[in-house]
Amino acid sequence: MNDIQLAVEGVTKRFGGVVANDNITLAVPRGHIVGLIGPNGSGKTTLFNSIVGYHPVDEGSIQFEGLEISRKRVIEIARLGMIRTFQQTHIYGKMTCMENMTVSVPHRNEGFARMFARFTPDIFEKAEHLLEFVGLYPKRYLLAGDLSFGQQKLLEFAMALMTEPKMLLLDEPTAGINPTLINGLIERLQRANADLGITLFVIEHNMRVIMNLAESIYCLAHGQLLAFGTPEEIQQDQTVIDAYLGAH
Amino acid sequence: MNSDGKKIVAYGGILVLALAAPWMMTAYRTQLAFLWVMVLFALTWDLVGGQMGYASFGNIVFFGVGMYSTAVIQRNLHYGLEEYAHVAGRVESLSAAEYLTGLSLGMTVGAVAAVVIAAILGVCILAMGMRGPYFGICTLGLGVAAGELASGWEYVGAGSGLVTPVFPEGLGERAIFFYYIFFFLTIVTFFTLRRLYSGRFGLAINAIRDDEDKAEAMGIRTTRYKITAWCVSAFFLSLTGGAAGHLIGFIDPTEVAFAGPTFGVWMILMAILGGKGTLWGPVIGAVIFHVTQEVFWTYLFGWQRVALGAFIVAIVVFFPQGLMGWAQERWPERFGHRVEGTALAQTAGGEGA
Amino acid sequence: MDNLQILFVAPVFSLQLLIDGILIGAVFALAAYGMALVWGVMKIINFAQGEFVILGGFLLYALKEAGLHPFLGVPVATAALFVIGWVIYRIAVVRVVEKDLFISILATFGIAILLQQLMNQIFGADVQTVESGLGTWFLLDGQVTVLQIKVVSFFIAMVLGVILALFLKMTRLGQAIRATAQHFRAAQILGVDTDRVYAITFALNAAICGAAGALVSMIWVIQPFMGLAYTIRSFMIVIVAGLGNVIGVALAGLGLGAAENFAGFILGAEFQAAFIFSLLVVILLWRNFRLSLKRQYLE
Repeated sequence: MNDIQLAVEGVTKRFGGVVANDNITLAVPRGHIVGLIGPNGSGKTTLFNSIVGYHPVDEGSIQFEGLEISRKRVIEIARLGMIRTFQQTHIYGKMTCMENMTVSVPHRNEGFARMFARFTPDIFEKAEHLLEFVGLYPKRYLLAGDLSFGQQKLLEFAMALMTEPKMLLLDEPTAGINPTLINGLIERLQRANADLGITLFVIEHNMRVIMNLAESIYCLAHGQLLAFGTPEEIQQDQTVIDAYLGAH
Repeated sequence: MNSDGKKIVAYGGILVLALAAPWMMTAYRTQLAFLWVMVLFALTWDLVGGQMGYASFGNIVFFGVGMYSTAVIQRNLHYGLEEYAHVAGRVESLSAAEYLTGLSLGMTVGAVAAVVIAAILGVCILAMGMRGPYFGICTLGLGVAAGELASGWEYVGAGSGLVTPVFPEGLGERAIFFYYIFFFLTIVTFFTLRRLYSGRFGLAINAIRDDEDKAEAMGIRTTRYKITAWCVSAFFLSLTGGAAGHLIGFIDPTEVAFAGPTFGVWMILMAILGGKGTLWGPVIGAVIFHVTQEVFWTYLFGWQRVALGAFIVAIVVFFPQGLMGWAQERWPERFGHRVEGTALAQTAGGEGA
Repeated sequence: MDNLQILFVAPVFSLQLLIDGILIGAVFALAAYGMALVWGVMKIINFAQGEFVILGGFLLYALKEAGLHPFLGVPVATAALFVIGWVIYRIAVVRVVEKDLFISILATFGIAILLQQLMNQIFGADVQTVESGLGTWFLLDGQVTVLQIKVVSFFIAMVLGVILALFLKMTRLGQAIRATAQHFRAAQILGVDTDRVYAITFALNAAICGAAGALVSMIWVIQPFMGLAYTIRSFMIVIVAGLGNVIGVALAGLGLGAAENFAGFILGAEFQAAFIFSLLVVILLWRNFRLSLKRQYLE
């Protein structure tokens, strides 16, 4: 746990009178898969949004690879190598899957002239390889908007990989995906982590998924950090069980 | 014949036809020159309005800026401000060399001015994240305000406008001269856009059109792309305006230069008619629109502007996807949108939720 | 800018400009209220708004020429615009009402051009005005003059606005319109005929504009190509006041009338249109700046 890639310290975020995140402190070590769970409305997505820069935090600090990012904007943070996916899919609907992939090449260090560059064969190769990886290769020339919701989620995941991220923040990657396909997705997430060395920080509602996937899990409830531990510890934790069952 | 061969034949055919057109239809040379102006309108509008999804109602600003800059440079180069009013319109005003110098210098200055203005507007409007209908209406305001300002600005002739120098002898016929200028400009614009759309730039602005928030979340420098696209559009539109002012000969601030209700709306309409967001759509739309307007509506005796209004409503209401959009819906395979390979079974993507 | 000094030398002139501006502003507010209604209920920014206004004015002009007293002509023009609005909805607007905003703006913009050209063809391109037959009040020893028709039209505009607001609040149809504005899917499920609601909303808006235009033709001038300025004024007022804020629309309308009158006097009449459209750009930039201060986030 020495190499902390993402460090969130004392982050508080209020919307009007509602405290969505209250003094949250957590750490994501490099190369690990960390889960974030909690009942609906516990502030998970708000925390993600704070981390990737959709809104400024009221208090606290967020550091990515030692760099303070709590005042940076979405684009800057994305270019540092931290990419998030969405609960509701966001893909480019009127472009083909291949175009969705190729446009997602890393935009780090892109000079003015690079904006007008052509795509090189290795970019197409990589895009096809990643589409193959998520199982969308045969559909690579279809318009992304014509894919089913589950396929769009897979495409979004592949697009995120295309940017060569250092860390992925996945917001409910299995929500809306056909249950028979979930095992395949878990395996892909694990391979992305193991083979490509990408740190994963995952919000997930499906307990079976997160217990299989994550090495350690944070649990939020009512905007506060409730528990932290290995999947086994979390499963045993009485406060977590109470939170999910609605007891206080 | 392979597809590259077909393309070369097609492009060659268009080239020959376009070069020969003014000699085949000698009575319509000016209208033919305007055909390319229309194509340029539609192409430059579509770059921002179609490909990038930022529907502008005020691109006409750059047309007017180019037109006025060129005319003012031409004037200042050869006449004093005072003497201009008396000299302009006289046959022996300028020699061919003087005319060309003024025209080319003026168009260059106009293009630079338009790009600078586009960049400044881009920083004020696009970089601040103005989108959708607010962007459209803001640009509409800019277009009309520009026309009104020009109408009140004495230096550029105010409400009575500017007269460009009489076309000199030694350059052939005026309509033919400008026909080839506009045709050349169209070719340059078309292939520049084709090149831009085929690489990073094209896909990035398409991504901005489809989901700008996602593009930001993926680290695409959206602001820079948006402003650049706006500047490219302004550049070519300003060149068009510079030459168009000299073809028309008389620059009225609101009827010719910043003609929002005519040129300003037509450029949007032609792109939509052909299919916005495609390379060929604006070209096809402009040709159909211009030919329809020139050929049929001369028979409508004064009602042609009413018919034009009805035509605009009809296209937008009944045919908003345009010809290319319609063709893509009808024959998606022709445009390459098909499933390839059969290895569906082993993939998770084969079945979605 | 010399006129600016006049305002300091003779402050009473400011009073004159203020009164005139506010009286005209009521008409702007009325048209803006109609735009807010259509925008809120149908999610359409109606770019033919100004043409409806001008058309109302020309109808009053035609009725006056036919021998009708102008004050009797106002309700007739209003009713005629209601029918015209209904027909335009049925033919064209119904097909763009649930499409994206760009298409509906462009479609109504096309309708605007069509109406402009029709009016130009039928009534000619000349500037027209309708003589109301009312006199003038002289205040402060004749230093300030107030046309009685402006006062009358101010009150007619205000009363129409109040009637419309009460209609939306009190009647069953008004409630259906408001329900559709809040959530058209839910309203549909609860048995509201949203198509009919849209038709009535659009026709009502046209009628309001017709009334506003009839008033404009008596207090000011009309011309077939003057419509866009009214559309833009309505749009600015709605942007500043916000959708569904009746009091705000009224105040913004009066403020705009006053601001425009002062600007027209100080900058010169030839820059009045430039002022309106520049103000539009400034207001949009200001709105955008305020929005960008709070970063948006999405789910």
